[in-house]
Order: sequence, then C-alpha cells, then structure tokens
Amino acid sequence: MNIHVSYPSRLYSDKLSLDCGSTRICHDISVAIPDRGFTVIIGPNGCGKSTLLRGLSRLVRPSAGKVHLDGKVISDYSTREVAQRLGLLPQSAQAPEGIRVGELVSRGRFPYRRAFSTWSDEDERAVLAALQATSTLELIDREVDTLSGGQRQRVWIALALAQETPVLLLDEPTTFLDIAHQIELLNLLRNLKETGNRTLVAVLHDLNHACRYADHLIAMRDGRILFEGSPAEIITPSNIEALFGLRCVVISDPVSGTPLVVPR
Amino acid sequence: MNDRPSPVIADTTASPAISFPWRALLTALALCSLLLIVILASLSLGARDMSSHHVVDLLMAPDSSADSVVIWQMRLPRTVLGLLVGAALGLAGTLIQALTRNPLADPGLLGINSGAAFAVVVGLSLFGIDDAGVRLAAALGGSAFCAVLVYILGGSSNGKNQHTRLVLAGVAISVSLGACTGIITLFDSAVFDSYRFWAVGALNSPPPGLYSVLLPVIGLGAVIALSLGGKLNALALGDDLALALGAQPVQVRALSFLAITLLCGSATAAAGPIGFVGLVVPHALRLLVGQDWRWIMWLSPLAGAALVLVSDILGRLIVLPGELEVGIVCALIGTPVLLGLIIHFSRRSR
Ligand SMILES: Nc1ncnc2c1ncn2[C@@H]1O[C@H](COP(=O)(O)OP(=O)(O)O)[C@@H](O)[C@H]1O
Ligand SMILES: [Mg+2]
Repeated sequence: MNIHVSYPSRLYSDKLSLDCGSTRICHDISVAIPDRGFTVIIGPNGCGKSTLLRGLSRLVRPSAGKVHLDGKVISDYSTREVAQRLGLLPQSAQAPEGIRVGELVSRGRFPYRRAFSTWSDEDERAVLAALQATSTLELIDREVDTLSGGQRQRVWIALALAQETPVLLLDEPTTFLDIAHQIELLNLLRNLKETGNRTLVAVLHDLNHACRYADHLIAMRDGRILFEGSPAEIITPSNIEALFGLRCVVISDPVSGTPLVVPR
Repeated sequence: MNDRPSPVIADTTASPAISFPWRALLTALALCSLLLIVILASLSLGARDMSSHHVVDLLMAPDSSADSVVIWQMRLPRTVLGLLVGAALGLAGTLIQALTRNPLADPGLLGINSGAAFAVVVGLSLFGIDDAGVRLAAALGGSAFCAVLVYILGGSSNGKNQHTRLVLAGVAISVSLGACTGIITLFDSAVFDSYRFWAVGALNSPPPGLYSVLLPVIGLGAVIALSLGGKLNALALGDDLALALGAQPVQVRALSFLAITLLCGSATAAAGPIGFVGLVVPHALRLLVGQDWRWIMWLSPLAGAALVLVSDILGRLIVLPGELEVGIVCALIGTPVLLGLIIHFSRRSR
C-alpha cells in the first residue's frame, strides 16, 4: 500500500519522535517526501500535522530519530544553510503593523544576507519573481494590513518563495480563504511545483482538494502515519473511516477523475 | 541534488521591491544636523553665554581664560556624557521595543532602573559608601542582576505568551525592588539624601575616569545592537517563521538582553535613571522611517543623543539659576513631539 521511494529523497525522516513539553506528539515517524512532488498531509485536528512539519524543518528538536535533508542529518547544517534549502510557512506568521508588501516579502531573503550587507540585485530579482509568481506585484506598495485575506495569503507565499528554497513546507495555506481563493492558491502551488522545480508539502483540511492536487498523501492520526500513497490508492471508505471516524462513499471527481469523498 | 528552483525572470520595468530609503536618509541627515547644532548650543549656552564662534575657537585652541576653563572642564564633559547616555538609551529602547513588540515597553521594564537604584541604596545604607566610582559599579551590577533575573523569568521561553511573560516579569521585579528602595530610604534619611542626588538623573557632575568605563561598555552594547537589526526584522514575523528563515530567536533575545543591560545599565549608572528617551525614540523613528529595525537601530542613537542634549540645555535655561532634571525635561518635550507625530501620521494614513 505504501509508496516505497527507491532513491533517497531530499527530505526524509527516520523513526522521528517529537515531544511538546513532556507529551509525545509524533511517534516513530519514518516518511520520505517525494522530490518535486506535491505532498499533502491530512488528518484530524490535533493529530500532529503541524508538529511533524516543525520537526521536518528543525523547529522542534527530535526526541528520537533523525531528519535527513540533501544527504545529511538536518542538525549538521548551520541554520542559514537549512534556510537556504528548506522553507516553512507556519500558521503563526504575523506581519508587523504598517509594513508594506515589498518590504515583507523581502524579509524572505534573510538567509542570504549578512549582518551589515546591503540589498543585492540577486535579492531584488528573487523578490520581484516571487511577487510575480503569486500575482502580488501590483500590491507591492500596499500596506499588508489593508489587504484581503486571499491577497495576504499570497503575499506570505511570496515571502516563502523569495527564500528560493528547493523544498517548501506550508502549514494550512488555504485556511480562512473562500473556495475561489483556495482553488486559486492550490493552482498557484501546483504551478510552482510544475514550473519551479520545487518539492512542496502542505497541510490541507479539504480532503477533496487534497485528492485533486496531491501526488502523494500522508494520512496521520494520533501522531502516527496511518497510511500514505497516491490519492487513488489510499482514499477508500474504510481508510477514511479509520482516519476521521466518518462513514462515507468515494466516487470519482467528475472534473479531475480523482477520488471524491462524500460523507454519508 | 543541489539544483535550485528555476529562477523566474522578473519584469524589470516594475517598481523596485524596496523603494529607495529616502525617508530614512532624510531623517538621518536631519538628525545629524540637529545633533551638530545641539552640541554647539550645549557648549555655548548656560549661566555664561558665549558665541558659537568663540566656542569653536576655544575648542581648537584652548587658552587659560575663564571661558576656556568653563568649556573644557564643565560643558564639554557634560555634553559628551549627554551624547553617550542619550545614544545608549535610544539604542536600548529600540531593542526592548523590537523584542517585546510592546509600544509601551521601555528599557526600565527590564528592571534596570529599579535594580540600579536598589543597588545604589543598599551600597549607601550598608556600607555608607558615597563615592562616584563605587556608585557606578553598584548601579551597573544592580541593573545587570535585574536584567538576568527578568530574562530567566520571562525572556528565555519561546512560547506564544513570551512577550507577556517578559513584560509581567519586568513589572513585578521593578515594583518589588522599588518598594525595597522606598523602605530603605524612608527609614534612613542620610541615605535618602545621597540617593536623591543620584536619582534626579542629571548630567552635571560626571566623576573623573567615568569615560574609561562608559565608552567601552556602551561601545560594545552599540555594536551588538547594530548587528541585531536584520535578525529583529526576522523575529518580527513570529518565532516560527524567524526560525525557518535561519534566525535564532533564543540567541537574538539573549544578545538583546546583554546589549540592553550594557547600554541602559551604564547610562543609568552614569547619569541616574532617565526615563522616556527609550520610549519616545523608537516610536518616533518608526513613524518616520517605517518598520525596518536596521534603519531604526542606526538612527536611534542620533535621536536619543539629540533628545537628551536638548533636554539638558532646556533644563539649564528654563529655571536659571537653578536646573531642571534632564529626565523631567525629556518627558516634557518628548510627549508633544510624539503626540504631534501620531496625529500627523494618523491624518495622513486616512
Ligand atoms: N505548545 C504546545 N504545548 C503542548 N501541547 C501542544 C503544543 N502545541 C501543540 N500541542 C499538542 O500537540 C498536538 C498536535 O498539535 P498539532 O501538531 O498542532 O496538530 P495539528 O496541526 O494536526 O492540528 C495537539 O494535541 C496539541 O494539543
Ligand atoms: Mg496544525
């Protein structure tokens, strides 16, 4: 049932356990993130999805096991080196009051800058490219506080893109967006994966969106991986019931042909 | 394996991502000119007014005239002290506001003023020492002790409520030490008299040898503060994103505490507690130049020095032949400046 990645992925974990205080949140997780794929993590609230992303991006020190990035244990890199290879857009990001879009996105260039260095042409190119890719270029002089939720979310993604990391992890990037903006954002992410040579991982709540956009699904419950694989393989009524305790039927999405979960 | 994501060619006709920092440069220019004028005024004005021309002459070529003695022995040390103290307080205030994201945070929040005051009073009452050098050492030690205590209680954690914990720990320690200082001075009137002399926060009697302590300590604090601007920009996005960008919040916080203690502790030790500078300077600069802590950090020592010197000059002139303490004048002129800026910018942004 599981996909067995025959080559070492850029990013994989090996029996990773993560604690929050004295509680173990993630247990013994071995997971390989397919290179240049769009991996989506699903699972009920509080099952440890965010914690796993934080562990994979060395924001939480593992209590057991290791995370490997580009052939080395992630803690063997300097924080700057990791930040040039792997980006994370957490749920908790906050924009300073009154900051403008251009300036906020330019903070994504932090891993490339030294304490007293000046703004380089390379930084400028990366920021403009990130704004362009997220269609936020015309918002460049707007204050972030004055943007709509959809625009603001695209600006945060632009910040993560400006970091120019080959691997990008996104924690619930579509939360708080209306359906049209969710689809727009997911199309943007798929586009980035296809044209940008990037490896993407996102936590999504909408199962049907996950099935439509992901080429690899990781389903978590109670801090463990219940199953993983392509949507067509693993989205079955029995799996969904095991994962969410929800009885449902799975039909074929009339538009994309991917599984469509319909609750009973 | 090491392939970068393919670069997208950006549209080069678009406006630049970060527009040229005109506002910051203009502010820097204005502050430098203001500072120059204020330094000259600080040397020329007082009980014995001199023309600035005369002052410059005497600075270039000191002679044995009374004017020369007044300038070299009284006004120059006082002016230099004002510059150092103001610059240090401006930097420390910027650090604490960046760290707590609390627009009301002041370096005094870390218990630095109350720690220094307590140490001075304890030194006075237990050992009966009233020597400027010892007072300096006691104040520096007291503020460092308090800053470490506040850091352990509230600054080192990195949870969601870290900012609140920091503020609460600072307030709790300040208030309890303030009470202890109050009790000691209440029962010991000799101590109270000497303490009051220090606590008025004045620049008028820098002890000899002060600069050999003050300069390196403030210099070190300033270098640390200036190097943290970029990291504080990353921290302003939240701890998780800062970590993801490769900034280390715990390390940045510890370094900021160290710099604040060095800067504010030595300023307080040298000139007594001077409030308000650390509050008004970063506020005003943020309104003027925006959210980039690197610019604010570079401009804050200029603004702090200018504010303290202007206050000192006014304090000397307003109530001639007496003097008004520099801390009071800072608050008196800082408040309208701040209010004016807030009103101006809230109008503009509407
Ligand atoms: N700071 C924390 N302290 C204690 N427990 C936490 C903390 N953060 C998260 N948890 C717990 O960890 C579990 C997993 O959280 P999280 O990874 O955020 O789940 P998800 O993202 O899947 O909703 C939850 O049960 C939550 O209560
Ligand atoms: Mg979560």
